[in-house]
Amino acid sequence: MVAINSGNLAEKKTLSKRIRDSFSQVPLLAWFCGFLVAVLLERFVGDPLTELLGLPKIPALFGAVTVLKKPLLIPGTLAFLLVIYILPIIIVPRLCAPVLNRLAGWLFNVSPAVSVAIHLGLLYGILHLWADISGYRLLTLKLTLIAVIVTLSLNVINGYMGEFSCSHPGFLALGAYTASIFTLLFFVDDKVFGSALLPKFLGPFLFPVALILGGLVAAIGAIAIAVPSFRTRGDYLAIISLAFMFIIKSIIENLEFVRGPRGLSSQPNYVDLPTVFIWTVAAVWIINNFVRSTTGKALNAVRDDEMAADAMTVDTRRTKIVAFLFAAFWAGVAGGLFAHVLRYVNPSTFGIQKLAEVLAMVYFGGLNSVYGSIVGAVSLSLLGEALRPLEIFKWIIIPLLLILVMIYRPTGLIAFKEFNVMNLIRPKEKT
Amino acid sequence: MPLLQINNMSHDFGGLRAVNNYNLEIEPGQVRGLIGPNGAGKTTIFNLITGIYQPTEGDILLNGQSIVGLKPYQIAAGGLGRTFQNLRLWRHMTVLDHVKMAQYSKISYGLIGAFFGTPKRRKEEAEIEEKAYTLLELVGMANLADQLIVNLPYGDQRRVEMARALATEPRILFLDEPTAGMNPEELIKMMEIIRRVHSEFGLAIFLIEHRLKVVMELCEIIQTLVFGEVIAEGSAEEIQNDPKVIEAYLGKETIH
Repeated sequence: MVAINSGNLAEKKTLSKRIRDSFSQVPLLAWFCGFLVAVLLERFVGDPLTELLGLPKIPALFGAVTVLKKPLLIPGTLAFLLVIYILPIIIVPRLCAPVLNRLAGWLFNVSPAVSVAIHLGLLYGILHLWADISGYRLLTLKLTLIAVIVTLSLNVINGYMGEFSCSHPGFLALGAYTASIFTLLFFVDDKVFGSALLPKFLGPFLFPVALILGGLVAAIGAIAIAVPSFRTRGDYLAIISLAFMFIIKSIIENLEFVRGPRGLSSQPNYVDLPTVFIWTVAAVWIINNFVRSTTGKALNAVRDDEMAADAMTVDTRRTKIVAFLFAAFWAGVAGGLFAHVLRYVNPSTFGIQKLAEVLAMVYFGGLNSVYGSIVGAVSLSLLGEALRPLEIFKWIIIPLLLILVMIYRPTGLIAFKEFNVMNLIRPKEKT
Repeated sequence: MPLLQINNMSHDFGGLRAVNNYNLEIEPGQVRGLIGPNGAGKTTIFNLITGIYQPTEGDILLNGQSIVGLKPYQIAAGGLGRTFQNLRLWRHMTVLDHVKMAQYSKISYGLIGAFFGTPKRRKEEAEIEEKAYTLLELVGMANLADQLIVNLPYGDQRRVEMARALATEPRILFLDEPTAGMNPEELIKMMEIIRRVHSEFGLAIFLIEHRLKVVMELCEIIQTLVFGEVIAEGSAEEIQNDPKVIEAYLGKETIH
């Protein structure tokens, strides 16, 4: 029933082309169903299956850690992945495609907003079920989602605007500390800031204020870079922003009221998976809105030819400063989330290694592309976790991968591609 | 009152006087040309008027108001559109985005609209898109609106650049060598477009050209610039027969 009904023509096509063709008609909704089946399978038959295959427990990150520690378990892990993930994700979407295409079309006609909401709900459900298996998965997932925000916000500067900024760890630190101070001061009885100033039950409701405040402080910090360095183009921004990062780190290390290098701990546990998910979706939505508007595309004009942008009535200086502060704001928000996921921050987190990580995600995923940032952040975060057993060799493999990407796709995996949600949720049937 | 009036404008690059005592008056709807050998300072004059350089001396009045010291984007929004000798297109953007971008100053949805996709933004974006298609239609590029600019041949890029300049809704259009590097076919198309732009929008046009044929056919009054100074001004015929112009272009002694 899933055969391709193209008669003689289909026979002439190569196998890979035929596979691609048959999957090009699968709507996003069907893919989500495939993933949902996979995570449900894992939840209900995961444990018996691990026993059967002789695995110690359900492989947390697709078995990479297990395999690297005990190579003897490779066949078992592969079998597990095949049964739980690969087969359902290939078969289910293909089987459901005709039905779900109709459903997706119907939803899209009723209201695209409703369709988006349903897709997001499904996505959340999948992530929730997946992360439910272990605390380690949950933590990795939260940090991955935060990495998406950070990468996307850096892409606004380094990709869309085409300047090279190194200040993101600084913005993260400003956001993390501001949000932490806010919540510790008002909602926690701790040694640093004394007893809570406000009733604790208000905490979760005012937490968005803490994050936004963190974002605003990061944006104010960004003014310090933007004003002197946007008078000219070139390497100035890179140097000034790098200096900014180090200055922020040293300032925090020397501020005794935030306990200097020892860092702040015992932040309240406000950041559960839905919170991170909602903030990530909000960040992607708003940043994507911005970069697709003519106001946001002015960034590309400034990057590609500033003189022409000026002559075409674009206020280039304002455009650059607005985008820079906007990016800093989201980095600050991400910093606040980060501090409350780990429930501990210290200044050494926000150093050159963090910078390298974020830059790698941006350039690996692809410049000037929301897809790219999502792909870059997710793949490098997961890879970083999966390769953890290799210890020091992890830092050989990941940079090597980055070099390969730079050689074969100099602008990143998925660069210069517009992220159009409407096209994404549309039914994929050929008409 | 002339649309654009320049009084005694001079500009020094360090110790070099690039433009000396330049005067110009353009009436609404007039087509004027500026010719001169390489390095005469033609593009410098364009850059001075459009605000990229600041004149050392002199005054520039657009609609009777001085525009000296204004930022290039303010001058452009004030009704002075231009094209560039070397195109200066945005290489990662589509044809449509070029023409939409040039309407930047008409956008009023602000940052709220840009961040949250308000109905106002959708309405304004639709409006500027429609306008962009009209202009692309005019230069004959509407069917390639979704193409990336770098994928187009040179002549097409020139025409997109023209549409982009028109999208700023200028009252006076500066064309910096609009037919440079074009083959004869593209040249004829371009001249047709310039004529249409002039007649349909009633624009004043000020153009720099190397090809005398183009200037002679299009312009009512032509200035000849040599070493930053205007040596002759007049109609096409007057210029063609002016001994000083002939000298500047061909040299003093003709070799038989």
